[in-house]
Amino acid sequence: MQFQYQIEGGNFSRAGFASSEIKKLMKQLNVDLSIVKRTVVATYEAEVNIVAHAYGGTIYVELDEEKIIIKLVDEGPGIPDIEQAMKEGYSTASSTVREMGFGAGMGLPNMKKNADDLKISSEVEKGTTVQITMYFKTEK
Amino acid sequence: MNVQQLIEKLELRVFGGEQGLQNTITGGYVSDLLSDVMGNSDTGQVWLTLQTHKNVMAIASLKDLAAIILVNNHKPDEDTLNQANEEGIPLLGTDMSTFEITGKLYELLK
Ligand SMILES: Nc1ncnc2c1ncn2[C@@H]1O[C@H](COP(=O)(O)OP(=O)(O)OP(=O)(O)O)[C@@H](O)[C@H]1O
Ligand SMILES: [Mg+2]
Repeated sequence: MQFQYQIEGGNFSRAGFASSEIKKLMKQLNVDLSIVKRTVVATYEAEVNIVAHAYGGTIYVELDEEKIIIKLVDEGPGIPDIEQAMKEGYSTASSTVREMGFGAGMGLPNMKKNADDLKISSEVEKGTTVQITMYFKTEK
Repeated sequence: MNVQQLIEKLELRVFGGEQGLQNTITGGYVSDLLSDVMGNSDTGQVWLTLQTHKNVMAIASLKDLAAIILVNNHKPDEDTLNQANEEGIPLLGTDMSTFEITGKLYELLK
């Protein structure tokens, strides 16, 4: 199965919509709830980062029996130093974004903690690609 | 305890999301940083915050929280309220400060 969602930079009123659709889809497919929960956290953080930090982007979802791959491709300023950005507390969020309660610098650490596999690549002044993979292993 | 019982015990105001008043409460989380709530809250918790914009409802829904309580007499934005009604997640309010309401909630749930 394949799906895609368009994300508009700066449009906070729609932030979380794609993550919510992905959550619904996984629940319909009876994916283990603990895996759905982790997927939701990682995906939401990546989705909001496009809204907060980039101009726009697309989320590509690919799903088979074993795993779901969520790839978020944005056009934006890119991340000059990914290692630094991954540190808890690091944020370049604007003051408007911070007033809303975003900008704690916890999004990327949340992704790292919750994704089974996380790949980030970025090119300054072009954009960022985040790929989240979750495996549907049945825990017995 | 469910949300309805909590409203009665703490004399909370109900802004919207009445469909969820029977939600069972498993605990609470207090934070105004959205990524903190995303990462550290858990299903069934009541979330205490002063953030009034629509993204709080998105988080409550994604995390399956039991209810949101706006502290210090904060009122929800209109689209926040609409979203609460759509999602059926109780959006509540109190005049109490974060400190006071958290203490009372903790006493009830501990
Ligand atoms: N898609 C992106 N495009 C450009 N920069 C990004 C992107 N994602 C993250 N960043 C950069 O990495 C920093 C850290 O991201 P992270 O998600 O951890 O924190 P935040 O978004 O600033 O705050 P929070 O996620 O806690 O609300 C951001 O402040 C920004 O500088
Ligand atoms: Mg972020």
